Amino acid sequence: MKITINGKNIEAREGQTILQAALANGIYIPHLCYHEKIGAAGKCRACVVEVEGMRGLQTSCSVMAKEDMVVNTCSQNALNAQKLVIDLMLSSGTHDCLACEQNGNCELQDAAYFLGIERPSVQYGEINREFDTSSEFVYVERNKCISCGRCVAACNTTVVNQVLDFGHRGHHTEIVFDTDKKMGESSCVQCGECVQMCPVGAIVDKNARGKGRLWDLKKVETVCPYCGVGCKLELHVNEKTNKIIKVRGVEDAPVNKGMLCVKGRYGFDFVGHPDRLTTPLIKENGQFREASWEEAIALVASKMTEIKDKFGADTIMGLASAKVTNEENYTFQKLFRTAIGTNNIDHCARL
Amino acid sequence: MTNDINGIKSSDVALIIGSDTTEAHPVISARLKQAVIEGKTKLIVIDPKKIKLADFAAIYASQRPGTDVAVMNGMMHIILKNGWEDKEFIANRVEPEGFEALKKEVEKFTPEYVEKISGIPAKTLEEIAELFGKAKAAAIYYAMGITQHTTGVDNVKSTANLQMLCGNMGIPGGGVNPLRGQSNVQGACDMGGLPNVYTAYQQVANADAQAKMENYWKVKLNNKPGKPMTVAFDDAYEGKMKAFYIMGENPMISDPDLHHAEEALKKLEFLVVEDIFMTETAKFAHVVLPASTYAEKEGTFSNTERRVQKLNPAVKAPGSALHDWEIHQLIANKMGLNWNYTKAEDIFNEIRAVTPSYAGMTYDRIGRYGLHWPCPTTEHPGTPVLHVGKFTKGLGTMFPIPFKDPAELPDAEFPTYLTTGRILQHFHTGTMSRKSEGLNNLAGPHVMISVEDAERIGVKNSEMVKVTTRRGSITTKAFITKRIPNGTAFVPFHFWEAPANQLTNNALDPIAKIPEYKVCACKLERA
Repeated sequence: MKITINGKNIEAREGQTILQAALANGIYIPHLCYHEKIGAAGKCRACVVEVEGMRGLQTSCSVMAKEDMVVNTCSQNALNAQKLVIDLMLSSGTHDCLACEQNGNCELQDAAYFLGIERPSVQYGEINREFDTSSEFVYVERNKCISCGRCVAACNTTVVNQVLDFGHRGHHTEIVFDTDKKMGESSCVQCGECVQMCPVGAIVDKNARGKGRLWDLKKVETVCPYCGVGCKLELHVNEKTNKIIKVRGVEDAPVNKGMLCVKGRYGFDFVGHPDRLTTPLIKENGQFREASWEEAIALVASKMTEIKDKFGADTIMGLASAKVTNEENYTFQKLFRTAIGTNNIDHCARL
Repeated sequence: MTNDINGIKSSDVALIIGSDTTEAHPVISARLKQAVIEGKTKLIVIDPKKIKLADFAAIYASQRPGTDVAVMNGMMHIILKNGWEDKEFIANRVEPEGFEALKKEVEKFTPEYVEKISGIPAKTLEEIAELFGKAKAAAIYYAMGITQHTTGVDNVKSTANLQMLCGNMGIPGGGVNPLRGQSNVQGACDMGGLPNVYTAYQQVANADAQAKMENYWKVKLNNKPGKPMTVAFDDAYEGKMKAFYIMGENPMISDPDLHHAEEALKKLEFLVVEDIFMTETAKFAHVVLPASTYAEKEGTFSNTERRVQKLNPAVKAPGSALHDWEIHQLIANKMGLNWNYTKAEDIFNEIRAVTPSYAGMTYDRIGRYGLHWPCPTTEHPGTPVLHVGKFTKGLGTMFPIPFKDPAELPDAEFPTYLTTGRILQHFHTGTMSRKSEGLNNLAGPHVMISVEDAERIGVKNSEMVKVTTRRGSITTKAFITKRIPNGTAFVPFHFWEAPANQLTNNALDPIAKIPEYKVCACKLERA
């Protein structure tokens, strides 16, 4: 269907909201509680726009696009309202960007930038909510929370772990874990979906804090090394230190749609672990010593040949691996079937 | 899986049997929970342990460990008695002889008879059968709770019987869906990492397959199927197997009856281990070769739904560690062959040439979203759902499956069932997950026991318990929970400090040679 936004004719799909149609056509409207995965919440009111023929301002995240609709997202009325919403949000928290993990990746910052707000116009008073550092992997700074509810929706309807909710009333409303427990003492399984959904710096990866900013890190999409579900990961890597800093689920991956578990998201320490094997080792008199690749390969080839000649190829067994790639399993079985001459190949599919 | 992950929401009913999905496959669990809360799907959970998904289930039943065949035969008995079977599917898609034999076999599995074997109340089984039998599209999800039994093959065949009986094959939201436990266990099987097959399950004993591979590899091949791992360990123990080459596996934690596995490895003349850490297994090696992790390499993994996805390198491997394929190439060439792979994609293109189900995939086509095999041509879109309209072999075969007891049952001396498995925070033998301080802080070794058993032996939460079987004993912390039925203990197998597999029984399924990790008899004592 055709609709008009800011005087521009655009094509909207059936079932799209004004916000979705606008975003799909490169028109930005500030929005914080809406996320594609959890849908419209209609809470933050940052996305208000004017629609011809409708009274007052409309939340574009919850009004469906209709044929021939005429929308203005940046009329003075709309902009004033958007500014007021963002201004009050900035006023009601400690939105210090300088050392914030989300700097450059913060949707509140994006909205303030778009609306030209340098600092909040009202001072709300002392805000000193408790930091929750009790969880192994997740850091919660409620001073930065804008109560958008994305984490609550994600926890309850996306990963369905049902841990996060809003607690208390009115001015004191804040996100709580179970019955207002510390995150680390709650039933939270630390899948990190709330981290991934948080539009600001209120819920962040604890161990990534201060280790690299968005634009400093190289992003590489790959596949999780743990169970067989095959969740797609985006590794954020510091190329200077050759370290993985954090992991995101890939939102448009058909398998996991951005979701991960505690291992996939946080269990990457082994990659850069100091105990990694870095050189071939050969055992002599019961002790390992370092060896060159040349020496190690020559030893393996000669011992395999010797045993094959002496006892037959079928006295050599190869264990392939359910944790290496297809390509590497292929070369392993090819090595056994062609160079050694046995079908003694198996792996721990059964274990 | 015969079906795909995105099809989960197309199920009217999903039966979870032998899978603690939330612990072992958390993201599939999330998809199942979503389907439930959105009102699309009803869950039936059958598991000795009251797993997290039981909280979302329309019906939950706890069976005695090792009684799955009886439970599924009982379901089929009730379904047939009430005429809830899919008559059209049976008439058109399955061999009539098999159906008749199955019908005859399940006749004696009345709900009352099954109750005696499994402990599931007759009325509950009837409710389960009705919900499952009347559903338009019902899926079965299982994991090692079905396969790690001396009757593993029987259990799997029973899930297939049930799905064919109800016409749940080849439809969205149906299927027999084993949840595979490791990132590329599907691919390791697809690539011929098995003793009896080349890639795509082409039999080594089949003369045509042998000729095809000989022609491609230009080498004369051995047509004698090889030894499965569990048997090879027995052979090594007896001195008949002389050398092992182990890549990225840690049998010193994952094998049944670890004392036996250790003796077997010590008797080898030569042991090569290719891994990323000095694992419990690598310590026994004569040569250790340093390899790369997932984050350092390019290549592909095939997931549980047969989706082939691309890995991309993000960091550099430490020191002189190489990719596994580079190591294999060095050895092959040292042994007189002439391999010339320069990158993973060269190997993938060779895989395509000899593997019909991967033939239509290229790195470009796999792209960011992957492709499901079979994908025979470069125009083929891939196959998310198998067996639509027709089984690969033509008509489906149903098998009559008699019920058999597990190899070892509780008795006066060892009165408690012992079952093993995974927990969320750790993975397999711990080579990767145990390197994370955070994951170690979240979960350590323990034995889950029931409130009744804890009171009987006089332990409180986190006090030490000695778990003993005929193979050995471990001492570990008690985790007392209402989720475990009285008379059953659960030990996760990730921990070298309290290795579950010092306790497990190495009795094997006669066909699949899989050990019975899910049932043996143990004794619990206060330590």
